Amino acid sequence: MKPFTYVRATSVAEASRMVVAGSAPLAGGTDLLGLMKGGIASPARLVDLGGIDGLNGWSRERGAGLRIGALTPLVDLETSDQLARHLPIVREALRDTATLQLRNAGTVGGNLLQRNRCWYFRDAAIQCWLKGGTQCFAKEGENEHHAIIGTARGCNRVAPSDLAPALIAHDARVTLTSTRGTRSVLLADLFTDPALHSREEHTLRRGEILTEVQVPESGLQRRGTYLKAMERKTWSFALVSVAVAARIRGGKLRDPRIVLGGVAPVPWRVEAAEAEIDGHPFSDDLARRAADLLLADAAPLAKNGYKVPLAKELVRRALARIAAA
Amino acid sequence: MPTVRPSGPGAVDVELDVNGIRTPLHVAPHTTLLDALREDVGLLGAKKVCDEGTCGACTLLVDGRAVYACMTLAVACAGRSVETVEGLARDGELHPVQEAFIAHDAFQCGFCTPGQIMSVVALLRATPSPSADEVMRAVSGNLCRCGAYPNIVEAALAAARKGKERP
Repeated sequence: MKPFTYVRATSVAEASRMVVAGSAPLAGGTDLLGLMKGGIASPARLVDLGGIDGLNGWSRERGAGLRIGALTPLVDLETSDQLARHLPIVREALRDTATLQLRNAGTVGGNLLQRNRCWYFRDAAIQCWLKGGTQCFAKEGENEHHAIIGTARGCNRVAPSDLAPALIAHDARVTLTSTRGTRSVLLADLFTDPALHSREEHTLRRGEILTEVQVPESGLQRRGTYLKAMERKTWSFALVSVAVAARIRGGKLRDPRIVLGGVAPVPWRVEAAEAEIDGHPFSDDLARRAADLLLADAAPLAKNGYKVPLAKELVRRALARIAAA
Repeated sequence: MPTVRPSGPGAVDVELDVNGIRTPLHVAPHTTLLDALREDVGLLGAKKVCDEGTCGACTLLVDGRAVYACMTLAVACAGRSVETVEGLARDGELHPVQEAFIAHDAFQCGFCTPGQIMSVVALLRATPSPSADEVMRAVSGNLCRCGAYPNIVEAALAAARKGKERP
């Protein structure tokens, strides 16, 4: 790790000013320090957000949805029985996220803003497209973990967060704060549309700090579940994950969401797939039709074709689970 | 508006609470808690193995929570409580979890052991009577290349039973 100056901010405004001036924001550090040790990031200044009050913890106000502070440790959400009553998908998603040590240190904001796990990206010796180069080495290389859909010409990374698909399935928004003010965007829009050929994974503007996640009342009324396929039973990023959520009325799925992780550079949603099941009772056939629509544009690389049937079956199982619950 | 002065990149003064002892340190901001403990404090219990937050050999407790010391900055722990395996024994008596690891042969080479023990200590404080599954989840971030896992689980469950017997 290269030397840097360190400062502990006491307010979001102060932290934002420092980020504008070139500091990297530090929360739990479980991703940033790895990037710095690997030589992928080498900020000259770190601004520690840990001393800022009011960003740790969650609250539920009837009629006003759920708010989660960005500095809340992942483990606090995973272990809260109260939160599991409001939004059980969060515990399901976090139980298999990383390890307890990393969930103790890692935060909600950091999880949503973590960088991708592509081994070419994570190798400092390789100047891949995302790091300013001209080529994606995964395209013709070792690509069993890479994207099968939604890839731009330049990059075949996948969005690694477990929490993101789960929260997007419940229509979560995030608050982004800078010295210029505060804006609220759909969590789904925090991830850069690959079609834009941007070399940024997230859509944060200069100096913006993610301060809060909100789940609207309508999102809380959906029943959701999260399934994750891993190479081993623990401590593994998703090969494929799926978050589904819907209101169940008279045995029918209403206003459904299906969000895939591990298959595309962003949490992957296709509205036509959701429209296909909206208003219908669950059946294996219905789920298969939705999954086919969701993956209609899949174009696997040489070694990751397995992700297509895996994703389709996870979608079927997840929809069956919320329909039966 | 109060301004906070940046410190570093040279060594800065920071005080940690290590095993209940106020411990002043003079370390550069890019020093991990693991390196600070091993190189500056002289505590070698937490092991430096992968140094990238994947093996668990450096597991210790910060404010009671198990974390990887290699993925924690020493300066970020100012004023916080750090507990390492060296702080477990009391008056020459090993901690019940340490005793249980010996009694149940819960290690071979011993390199992962301090981290395994700290993970189990944190678990038993929060969950005094864990199931085997809860133990496995608690130590799943601690790799053991010797494969002592079954005995580690046995040791943790035995330490939990013993903990309940004590007044």
